Amino acid sequence: MDLASAKLIGAGLAAVGLAGAGVGIGQIFAALVSSLARNPSARDNVFGLAILGFALTEAVAIYGLVIAFIILFVF
Amino acid sequence: MAAAGHDINVMGQFQLHTVGSFVGASVNFTQANLMMVLAAAVVLAMLYYGARPRAIVPGRLQALAELGYTFVLQMCTDQIGPEGRRFFPLVFALFFFILLGNLFGVWPYAFTFTSHIATTLALTVLVMLLVTGVGIRLHGWKFFSYFVPKGVPKVLLPLLVPIEVISYLSRLVSLSVRLFANMMAGHVMLELFGAFIVMLGAAGVIFWAAAALTFAIDVVMIGFEILVAVLQAYVFAVLTCIYLHDAVHLH
Repeated sequence: MDLASAKLIGAGLAAVGLAGAGVGIGQIFAALVSSLARNPSARDNVFGLAILGFALTEAVAIYGLVIAFIILFVF
Repeated sequence: MAAAGHDINVMGQFQLHTVGSFVGASVNFTQANLMMVLAAAVVLAMLYYGARPRAIVPGRLQALAELGYTFVLQMCTDQIGPEGRRFFPLVFALFFFILLGNLFGVWPYAFTFTSHIATTLALTVLVMLLVTGVGIRLHGWKFFSYFVPKGVPKVLLPLLVPIEVISYLSRLVSLSVRLFANMMAGHVMLELFGAFIVMLGAAGVIFWAAAALTFAIDVVMIGFEILVAVLQAYVFAVLTCIYLHDAVHLH
């Protein structure tokens, strides 16, 4: 197998890791919606935490994407 | 140009070129440096012209400056407590520098200087040195009790302390790579979709509908890029405050 094909396969495999982050982000906002449905006045307390949690979880997805880019463009 | 044959050049947009002819080239003043100077100038102008009117009922610019000020001050005191006021100038500078750095890149032909790991790593090293320095200055040698969590059975300590140390050191990597990768991935995606539009348009009249659809998607992507820009600046500032809280309160 030559390097170019291996790079493409490697990048594709690295992108599979983004699935876990998708599940995680869905869980964060499911918890947010459920908690605001129970107690709408908690919005000011809870919304900032939800956004922080979303950004931290998405960061992990982006780490996987960076690995895909490194495989594609550095080697 | 983005597309040549079947090869889409997505990474070329991050290459630095010197600006300002021979004067800039002599000190290696690149478009990233130009954008940084512009970001600093915009923040200073916003603060100066925002604070000048001194009206009790603020006009738009004064309201903008006051909003930015109170937002960051609220974040500092909420996260760190009353001692947070000491760190407010640094967190304010970090937040607005990164915010403008991220946002300037959305403008056509401008450059996102936070899309280089060099810039984000420099900012992260600054934050990490500050946090460790504050911790050691405030607590002396007891700072290292931070790595020994309370209520842990003594048998687990040889396993737990290295894990805690590694997780502390990995903040360097995570803080810098989070910002850098978000910005780089966003702009790579914009470049990629732009190349798709051109390639579809060049493929013939029947593909023009697909090109129009891709154009619509690209417009939505720019909106998403603006959201990510603001969010990542907020996350960097909030995490700085959280790390400072850890250093000040040691738990």
